[in-house]
Amino acid sequence: MLYREALNLALDHAMEHDPRVVILGEDVGFYGGNYKVTEGLYVKYGPKRVIDTPIAENSIVGTAIGMAMMGLRPVAEIMTANFAMLAMDQIVNQMAKLRYMSGGKVFLPMVVRMPQGVAKQLAAQHSQSLEHMFASVPGLYVFCASDSISAYHGLLYAIRLDDPVIFLEHVLLYSMDFPFQKVENFDPFKARVLKEGKDITVVSYLKMVHDVLKACEWLEKEGISCEVIDLVSLRPIDFETIYHSVKKTKRLVVVYEAPKTCGFGAEISARVSEELFYFLDAPPLRIAGEEVPIPYNRKLELMAIPTPEKIYQQILSWGKRHGL
Amino acid sequence: MSQTLAEKFYYLMKLGREFEIRCKEEYLKGNISGFLHLAIGEEAVHVGAVVGFGKGDLFCPYREHVLALARGMDPRLIMAELFGKATGVSKGKGGSMHLYEPKLDFFGGNAIVAAHLPHAVGAAYARKLMGEKAGVLCIFGDGATNNGTFFEALNMASLWEVPVLFLCENNQYAIGTHISKSSYLKDLYLKAKDYMPAVQIDGMDVFEVYKAVVEAKQYIETYGKPYFIEALTYRYEGHSMADKGDYRSPREIEMYKKRDPIDLLLQKSFKEGWLTEEQVKLIDQKVEAIVEEAVAFALASAEPSEEELYTDVYCGVCSDVIP
Ligand SMILES: Cc1ncc(C[n+]2csc(CCOP(=O)(O)OP(=O)(O)O)c2C)c(N)n1
Ligand SMILES: [Mg+2]
Repeated sequence: MLYREALNLALDHAMEHDPRVVILGEDVGFYGGNYKVTEGLYVKYGPKRVIDTPIAENSIVGTAIGMAMMGLRPVAEIMTANFAMLAMDQIVNQMAKLRYMSGGKVFLPMVVRMPQGVAKQLAAQHSQSLEHMFASVPGLYVFCASDSISAYHGLLYAIRLDDPVIFLEHVLLYSMDFPFQKVENFDPFKARVLKEGKDITVVSYLKMVHDVLKACEWLEKEGISCEVIDLVSLRPIDFETIYHSVKKTKRLVVVYEAPKTCGFGAEISARVSEELFYFLDAPPLRIAGEEVPIPYNRKLELMAIPTPEKIYQQILSWGKRHGL
Repeated sequence: MSQTLAEKFYYLMKLGREFEIRCKEEYLKGNISGFLHLAIGEEAVHVGAVVGFGKGDLFCPYREHVLALARGMDPRLIMAELFGKATGVSKGKGGSMHLYEPKLDFFGGNAIVAAHLPHAVGAAYARKLMGEKAGVLCIFGDGATNNGTFFEALNMASLWEVPVLFLCENNQYAIGTHISKSSYLKDLYLKAKDYMPAVQIDGMDVFEVYKAVVEAKQYIETYGKPYFIEALTYRYEGHSMADKGDYRSPREIEMYKKRDPIDLLLQKSFKEGWLTEEQVKLIDQKVEAIVEEAVAFALASAEPSEEELYTDVYCGVCSDVIP
């Protein structure tokens, strides 16, 4: 099942079973969504529950907050994470804070969905990965989905939660086809071990997971066995699963598309160093984006972010330097 | 009718005034800290609006003590919140700018200028979708009308046809900046008039505010559409306790104090025979006792426990409605 179809299925399911679920965002209704995630829902549930909004990101999230306060369960779509920067007041100052500031009296059962990341030659204002900006804010949950199973179950779980969730998708995943089946008791707070291995723990999420899996296939041929962890939740992070794996492999690599500085690599390697310093056989390795805005030119664009080849090469040379 | 209204207005405005004068004293004593914004001088807008609006959700800015009192929030719980105590209406975690009581349909207290306007629009959308009739009252300052979110919210409210009463309290200043330096249009209701019915009223006359809000409420609930009121008013104090307000001449302040909303109410009420000196005295005594009791309650209340630091960040619950 296509990733976007899985998201659509989750939305459809939620809307069908709970009249309080509404969708709002730019082009989500009549047009069916810029990435077709909401396709068909406008016809099925009508314009009152699948709401086309003006291009007013701050107020898309803001009105969703008002709806959630009154007991609806809105799912707001921001066309891409880049545009969510216009909604940072509502996301950071409002959505994340109202429960706490009200001493628990206001709660916001809502989801703000958005895709992020490099697609192909969309240039600097359409290509960013900004997960760390959301994940640094207490009061938010930040989920992300790397395949159709985590897309379907993760989104459904986010809608059911009585707390606000930022739900991150990746532009390049929408038309990717993944095996799909409904699973019992899907828990987004638990990271998924996608592949077991004994030499290195590679932590990743969203689209990078697939680049990592490819690189790890090649590494296996070099005799290096990788355990691949997919973070389904970026806030909170399931450190237990990471620690458990690193205790076994004694080596940590974190792969992410955002610029290296102040990203998830920093957070995860710092935590692992704090907790498991004496278990480690090598300093943690971060493989991440370059410290540049994403360029338009394809060659430069691919230089700016990790690719399976780069992941493979960097792990290989780092491994050699540290006794693998 | 006007007799009971006059009594109610006087009680609430006097309560608001005395409550806030006491807040100022408690702030200077160190019992209240942080940002404390007083609405002294603006009571006619706050009381006239909340009483006139009656039932319905309220979304307010940070200058909201009088609005909360007029809505019926317990003065003790407000004062305790200002003191940062566990018994405060927001458990001492919100402070002066963040009073919430969903049981009273009172949704803050927001410290980000203009940010609560879309909340009001969303709330009205939700109420309408759920088949409820009650409209939403959203109050904000003149400064908020220069913010992009203001225009986003007006546009969405009109486009979606939702019953929000936008009430702009134009006190001419945004902190230390006079409206002449911040707004191209000086009559702020003109910013809304192409979106919805919009009027400008005297915000020092509680009867006029009340009348305008009653009419507006009727309109938004009958037609399910938004409405805009600009109430001309003035704050006597600085923007917050951190501001002396001395960018305004004493003459200017005195000029407005001559049209003090409480004095105006009393003059009119005595003239019309709606209130007697005796009644006023009784109300004054009652107010004094309430304020005293609120402070005593706040003083006697405990600080939040250490565990409270970590509660209310998440509820962590899943509603089990989606199979
Ligand atoms: C988005 C934002 N910018 C700046 C501030 C700082 N600030 C707090 S109140 C205020 C002035 C607001 O003036 P107005 O809307 O007229 O309200 P008033 O205080 O006069 O009632 C400013 C600039 C803020 N709280 N939020
Ligand atoms: Mg002002």
